[in-house]
This record gives sequence, C-alpha cells and structure tokens, in this order.
Amino acid sequence: MPINIKRSIFFTLLIIFLIYTVFVFNAEPINKVGYLSQKAQQGKLIFQKYNCISCHQIYGLGGYMGPDLTNVISTQGKGVEYAKAFIVSGTQKMPNFHIPNDEIEMLLSYLTDISKSGISPIIKFDVNVDGSIQIKD
Amino acid sequence: MKNKFELLFITLGLLSLLGGLFFGVVASLQFVFPDFLQSIPFYKTRPLHVSLVVAWIFLASIGGIYYYIPSQFGIKLYSKTMSVLHFIVFLITGIVIIIAYLMGKFGGREYWEFPPILAIPIIISWLLFGWNYFKTAFKITSEWPVYMWMWATGILFFLFTFSEAYVWMLPKIKENVIKEIAMQWKAYGALVGSWNMLVYGTAIFLMEKIKNDKSIGKSKIAFLAYFLGLTNLMFGWAHHIYNVPTAQWIRYVAYIISMTELILLAKIIYNWKKSVQESLKDFHVLPFKFLVASDVWIFLNLTLALMLSVPIINVYTHGTHITVAHAMGSTIGINTMILLASCLFLIDNYIQSKYSKIELKLIKIGYYAFNISLLIFWSSLIIAGIIKGVGIVKNGKGFQEVMNDIQPVMSVFSISGILLFLSLLMILLPPLKKSIRFLFNK
Repeated sequence: MPINIKRSIFFTLLIIFLIYTVFVFNAEPINKVGYLSQKAQQGKLIFQKYNCISCHQIYGLGGYMGPDLTNVISTQGKGVEYAKAFIVSGTQKMPNFHIPNDEIEMLLSYLTDISKSGISPIIKFDVNVDGSIQIKD
Repeated sequence: MKNKFELLFITLGLLSLLGGLFFGVVASLQFVFPDFLQSIPFYKTRPLHVSLVVAWIFLASIGGIYYYIPSQFGIKLYSKTMSVLHFIVFLITGIVIIIAYLMGKFGGREYWEFPPILAIPIIISWLLFGWNYFKTAFKITSEWPVYMWMWATGILFFLFTFSEAYVWMLPKIKENVIKEIAMQWKAYGALVGSWNMLVYGTAIFLMEKIKNDKSIGKSKIAFLAYFLGLTNLMFGWAHHIYNVPTAQWIRYVAYIISMTELILLAKIIYNWKKSVQESLKDFHVLPFKFLVASDVWIFLNLTLALMLSVPIINVYTHGTHITVAHAMGSTIGINTMILLASCLFLIDNYIQSKYSKIELKLIKIGYYAFNISLLIFWSSLIIAGIIKGVGIVKNGKGFQEVMNDIQPVMSVFSISGILLFLSLLMILLPPLKKSIRFLFNK
C-alpha cells in the first residue's frame, strides 16, 4: 500500500473522528432529559468520593455487587427514605461509610434527578427488524 | 540500571500483573463471601485489581516498544534519560494511586477512581513516552511497518482519550448525566482501543521476528486490519450505552461499526500460524505458544463482542457478568497472552541464559492450566450473565433474587480465579527470577 494512500486514509479518519467528537459533545439526549440541579451535581461528586460505582450501576454501568441505582428513587415500593436507610445503616455487603447528613442529602438529590432521566434495566421494549429496540415506558 | 530500563518496565509489568490478579481473586472471593478480608473491602479491591492490570498492559507494551525499535531498525533511542524519567514518573504515580485506594481516597470516575489531580503525572509520563517515540521513529529512513503506525496511534489516542475522560469536569457536561455518561464511554471505548493498538502492534512485531519475515508488517492485509481497528477505536464504543437515552444516531453508528472488529487481525494470525516453519516455531517455542493461545481467545471474544453489539441481545446482556466475561476474555485471553509472549521473547533476548528443564516444565504446565482455568472462569461469567439477564429482563426478578440464583456459578468463578492466579505464578516465576537477578546482580 503506497505511503500516500496510508496517510490519506489516516488523516481522513482523523478529521471525521474530530468532527464526530464535536457532534457527540453537543448531542442532546432524547427529550433533553438528564439535567442535574446544582445539589445533584454535588451529589455526583459524593458518589465518586465514596466510589459507589465499584458496587452499584447507573444505566447498567458499574460494579455488580449491588443493585442498579438508576431508578431506585422512582421505583414503586422504594424511594428516598428507602435509599437513605441503606446509606445510613449499610448492609451485610455494603459498609456503613458514616456519610455526613449534608452529603447524604446531595447523594439523594443526585439519585432523584437520575431516576427522572430514563429507565434501567430495560424490561419493556419492541424489537425492530434490524435488531435494534424501541424502549417502552 | 539506566541501561536496563526496558527490563525494568517489563519486570514491573509482570509484578503488576501478579498484583492485579491477586486483588482480582480477593475481589471475587468477596463477591461470594462479603465478610472476606474486611480490612480491604470490595470497593477498594476492585479498583486495585483494575488499575494494576491496566498498568501491566501499559508497562509490558511500553517496555517492549522501547526495546524493539532500536534493535529492529539499528538506531539509537532518542533519549534513554527520558525513558528512565518516564519509568520513575510511572512508578511513583502508580504507588501514590495504590496508597490512595488503600486509604479510601477516591474522587474520579469508574476505572480512574483516584483523585483527579493524579491524572496530571499520567499525562506527563505519556508525553515523555510520545516525545521519545516520535523523535526515535522519525530517524527510521525506510517505510514504517504497520506496528510502528499502531504504536504511534496508541500513544496519540491515549493522550487524546485520557484527556477526554476528564470532560466530566466541564460545566457543559457535568450538568447533564446523560451527556456525561456518553462522553465518558466514548473516551473509555477509545482508550481501550488505544492500548489494543500497542498490544496488537506488539503481536505483529513478534510474528515478524518469530517467522523472520519482514513482509508481514508491510502487507496490505496488515494495514487494512490497522485501519479497521482504528475505525473501531474511533466510532465503535456506543454499544456500552445502548440503554442510555442518548441521541439515536450515536447508537446506530456504533452498531454498524462494531460488527467488524478483530476479524482481520484473527485472519492474519491464523495465516501466519499456518505458514511458520516447524524449526522456527521450536526456536521460540514459548512466545509462539502464547500467541497461538491469543488467537483462540480472539475467536471466542470476537463471537461474544459481535453478539453484545446487537441491541436485542445487548438488552439482556448489558449490566450482567457477560460484559465482565468480554472484558476478562480480552484483557487476559488476548492482551495478556500477547504480552506474555512479548515478555518471554524480550527476556530471552535480553538475558542470554536458558531456563532449566524444571523451569520450562513449570511454564508449560502453567500455560495449559492458565488457559483451562481461564476458559472455566470466562464460561462461568457468561452463565452467570445469562441467568441474571433472563432473570431480570424476561422473568422480572429482583436484584437479590437473581444474586441468589447466580451464587453457585459465582463460586465456580472464584475457584477458577484462584487456579488462574496459581497457574500464572507458575508461568511468571521463572522469567521474573531471571530478570530480577539480572537487574540486581550485574
């Protein structure tokens, strides 16, 4: 393969990639969901501070020791108090991190905002002919 | 030590691999027995495991690249001092990260959980590596073989995507969780692609050396494989976030792109293996064995990756242990096999002393035990993933119910993890002994 062709392919791919990156950076989520309040943004940092993602998942991404927390606030029978009880007391598998109250409130705010953004895991869906899926509420 | 810096990278890499697998075994036991080793709980052992294994991939690849380029092209490395500095920055940053994890000091995103400030020395170490690499590589007067392109791409894209992995700190991104997840996984997908470039480049280099055929790295198919890999690195990440409500087009692009990965590389290795002469095979018997094993694991993981990229299958497998099986299969089965081949090859070339018969037997038994236990390990993760995916998506079971269902399979997973660690010890002890003696005795 001549060197000029190699260089052309490489730089063409690179330019497409950079344009693509700008588009992904600016792409709005479906229905413009997912915006976090200031308190929720602080809660996300608390989530990172205690490395919650090592055991829990958001949208199925994270560790598998604990449950997916995407909809822990919006799921019937669960909610803010339910989540708070786990954070405050811990369980056999989850340590009690002795998180201060203000940080717990921020964490709950983060989980509340996430629960409004979408659904995980996806249980109700239609299948398209190309193998893709259409998520149902 | 300044003149042995390549071996320092390799030796530290082998030690990182052992450490990574050790913490992996501890984490897997904690998965089954939550009370196990409470002084280092799961939320610490998991990042320790991941970071040490990632460090192994980088150290083994980098050590090889530093050694192979001057020896292959008959040129001097641009700056040995810079390489030593690179090693020192890598080592100190690594130690600080380990201490941070052990002390429970986090703050970063998944896989880079350390406090974000530590990203700075990591960037500096890669800038040192990149500067040294390109200044050396531009001395080569002949046309670059494909592995030089791959290593260059790996370095450039690591720098780009590692920086991109920190866009979560920008106001525009941190205000929206969906955008943040999308950018995070875009960066992570390409990051994995960037280190795959370093590893696959090493594989092609080794093929050339073992077969003693310089045409492999300049063949058309090798370059087609490279460009296909590069396309996947750039655009094939979004199967990780099919269920996140990002813009629809992002998912479609990834779906189309990810159908292609690894096919050509598998073909190259397959063709190469068929054509290697028996005498040459015997000459480098250990590196050859590990490259063949990586070939088998490429096929297994290719099948799995293709399946995971189909949205209707992904909806069942996402967030289950099947994803872990894919990560483990790729990291251990493909990358580790290739890098072990490279380390054994490099140590043999570096230190002109032979292994004893007992050591050779130990490595060979370890090799088979490692692959068999990896197969059990990998299969148990897939079975656990199927039980979890079907349980939650099809049968509507709750998290705890599903966890109880997979408990027996996870026990098999833990036992095979222990066997994996022990068999790796059998493989690594002879070369480690050889390289540590060489580093400290002469």
